Amino acid sequence: MCGIVGLFLKDKSLEPKLGEMLTEMLITMTDRGPDSAGIAVYGADHDGRAKLTIQSATPETSYAGLEVELSGRIGAEVSLRVKDTHAVIDLPEDKMLEARTALKEMRPETRVMSAGEVIEIYKEVGLPGDVAERFDIPQLTGSHGIGHTRMATESAVTTLGAHPFSTGADQCLVHNGSLSNHNSLRRTLAREGVMTETENDTEVAAAYLTWKMQNGHSLGEALEAGIDDLDGFYTFVVGTKDGFGVVRDPIACKPAVMAETDQYVAFGSEYRALVSLPGIEDARVWEPEPATVYFWKH
Amino acid sequence: MQTFDLGEKGLRAMHEELHAQTQSTNETAWEIVNPKGSHAIAVGLDAPIEVTVRGSTGYYCGGMNKQATINIDGSAGPGTGENMMSGKIIIEGDASQYLGATAHGGLIVVKGNAASRCGISMKGVDIVVHGNVGHMSAFMGQSGNLVVCGDAGEALGDSCYEARFFVRGEVKSLGADCEKKEMRAEHIALLKGLLEEAGCDAKPEEFTRYGSARQLYNFDIDNAGAY
Repeated sequence: MCGIVGLFLKDKSLEPKLGEMLTEMLITMTDRGPDSAGIAVYGADHDGRAKLTIQSATPETSYAGLEVELSGRIGAEVSLRVKDTHAVIDLPEDKMLEARTALKEMRPETRVMSAGEVIEIYKEVGLPGDVAERFDIPQLTGSHGIGHTRMATESAVTTLGAHPFSTGADQCLVHNGSLSNHNSLRRTLAREGVMTETENDTEVAAAYLTWKMQNGHSLGEALEAGIDDLDGFYTFVVGTKDGFGVVRDPIACKPAVMAETDQYVAFGSEYRALVSLPGIEDARVWEPEPATVYFWKH
Repeated sequence: MQTFDLGEKGLRAMHEELHAQTQSTNETAWEIVNPKGSHAIAVGLDAPIEVTVRGSTGYYCGGMNKQATINIDGSAGPGTGENMMSGKIIIEGDASQYLGATAHGGLIVVKGNAASRCGISMKGVDIVVHGNVGHMSAFMGQSGNLVVCGDAGEALGDSCYEARFFVRGEVKSLGADCEKKEMRAEHIALLKGLLEEAGCDAKPEEFTRYGSARQLYNFDIDNAGAY
């Protein structure tokens, strides 16, 4: 199964409530996948600054003194916000690559959850309600966000196997379904220099879209190409710095419901996930068509 | 009218009440409020009652229904009316995938559109959709009638047996062993009755009939009466 929720806000007055709304939607989907949960939120843009979200199984030791060490190493001001097993590092945009290289050496036990100007990803093993509480998700603000609750099929129940997956700056993808050609595609991507970190099928789909976009495709075009190249069952919801997209495979077994009002575009694996949204009674509610790309942009 | 607040009392209590209704019940009109897309609303009913759900429903609403009339005042989730035996389900909005799957009897009406696999493996149910149906509709349909006032998606009636399909608009493609058939007087009469019962003002003459080419399964004319 797996449960997906997504929210793309058109009305800025709702932005302070993004985390709260997404959390409530995701908790409703708990019974679609109790293995792990995750959320990607796109927050405010600060000129010249970027965010790197990392995870560690041993946060006490990994994050102790990291702020000072990393600042010294890259020669720039860095600030670190620790949230449970995750830490969000705020740094100058042009120091991102340097910081990632340094982290690999200084703290090889840490893993990058997301990198970009505005994206933060939090994900862990556990129920959506517990994961949201650990990371204080309801307090997060932003313009759009995606949540996922996982029932594992293609790889183990681990933090790294949880969704969302991010393989490019400010990009993320969540998936309900399973891909059958992920191993061959993983090898193809590796030959192209696009590396994945896990055995997970969804990460391959995320890496595929990143690769397409690196080669000049828009997100919409990359999703269109994926309909031919990705074999299996999927409902994907993807996020970019300023956009939000949805696509289902041509068979479309995996459920999807969308709602749109003047204030937002919302996605849920089921209508249940949408019932708490403001004005849902008068929203346009529909199921996305199979093999059709939907995309919204700020 | 008996009003039941699903949000407050829950699914089990609702079914205890509805299943307690007998053939001779006086409480024939029921209203379910606060459905909020819940799964399995009004499933397994077996009494001549009328249940109106005020809002949209989740998976499997009205499954296994016998006798009861169920109105969904919203849209319906996947598998609505699955394995229905008799009675009626009327959906004011749209219906999600596999509407009326394996249903043996009764009538399902959708005022909006139905998604993919509408009437999959239908075994005698009548389904009337005022709008369009999605791909693979009536896949392996064995008996009954699927009426589509709009368009049908890809692979209509794939691997069908003796179910009949009437489509007013375009059919994107026919499935394996499904073919266009002649509309005879008996089909016009049948369709007229179904459209009337479904509250649809479309004219039977505007429809095209499709059905099995009988090349894929062992059809024997001597068994025609069984369908």
